[in-house]
Amino acid sequence: MTVLASGQRVRVKNDWPETRGPCHIRTPHYVRGEEGVVMRHLGDFPNPEDLAFARPAALRPLYHVAFAQPSIWHEGSAGDVVQVEIFGHWLEPA
Amino acid sequence: MNILETESGRLLNAVRGLLTAKGILSPAEIAERIAITDAGSPAQGARMVARAWINPEYRALMLRDGTIAAEAMGIVMRGMPPLGVLENSSEVHNLVVCTLCSCYPRAVLGYPPFWYKSAAYRARAVRDPRGLLKEWGTVLPERVKLRVVDSTADYRWMVLPLRPAGTEGWSEEKLVSIVREGDMIGVTIPVLPG
Repeated sequence: MTVLASGQRVRVKNDWPETRGPCHIRTPHYVRGEEGVVMRHLGDFPNPEDLAFARPAALRPLYHVAFAQPSIWHEGSAGDVVQVEIFGHWLEPA
Repeated sequence: MNILETESGRLLNAVRGLLTAKGILSPAEIAERIAITDAGSPAQGARMVARAWINPEYRALMLRDGTIAAEAMGIVMRGMPPLGVLENSSEVHNLVVCTLCSCYPRAVLGYPPFWYKSAAYRARAVRDPRGLLKEWGTVLPERVKLRVVDSTADYRWMVLPLRPAGTEGWSEEKLVSIVREGDMIGVTIPVLPG
């Protein structure tokens, strides 16, 4: 899997596995469908979505992704960011 | 027996007995882990912060790899998630939250304070961080941007606060004494006593 570069614009998938059945998702609701910027690749970690159910968990790249705080909440101060750890399989090019 | 009616101490003993009986962990390993957990406290993180304030090489190491920097201070990081350190500067102030649960850098800060796990803190830290800081009495210059770090996965984060003015020439020990838990979460900034 290609590692995303720092500075790359990405969009978090607007996906809601919670509506389809039992799952364990580490991607907060408030960033789903939102655009952000990859700050850096934090390393590769076992996929928590499998780990939580004691299934074999493949290593997945984890990124620190920054989102403009006002664009998520439609309030707040320009320049403030929310930075979130997000697994690569939740990100698509923006 | 209904497990919900079991006293927590008896349940703990049963689990410890099973872990030992099944050969998953030895009693010594369990005792060691309890000792490591008990050693975690904000005093550990404060030692790292004070060292970083007086030693530029240590500061660089801390920002590059918090886990190695913690180990360099004698803090046991084995089996702990990787530690990331977020540096406050004259341009950016960091605030740590875990909106999904209560992820916290326990090896260096100990158990999270009760409010860190509250729904109110978790919701407001990401949505209204400036309002939240105001309620903590934390006033930042207008030009300072906020970086709210939502600890959602495998890293644990601590804040390296700015060394306050008026501490020039202080000993490392004296610097340790002014670093508080909240300063390393980012809800507060270090202040001088008195």
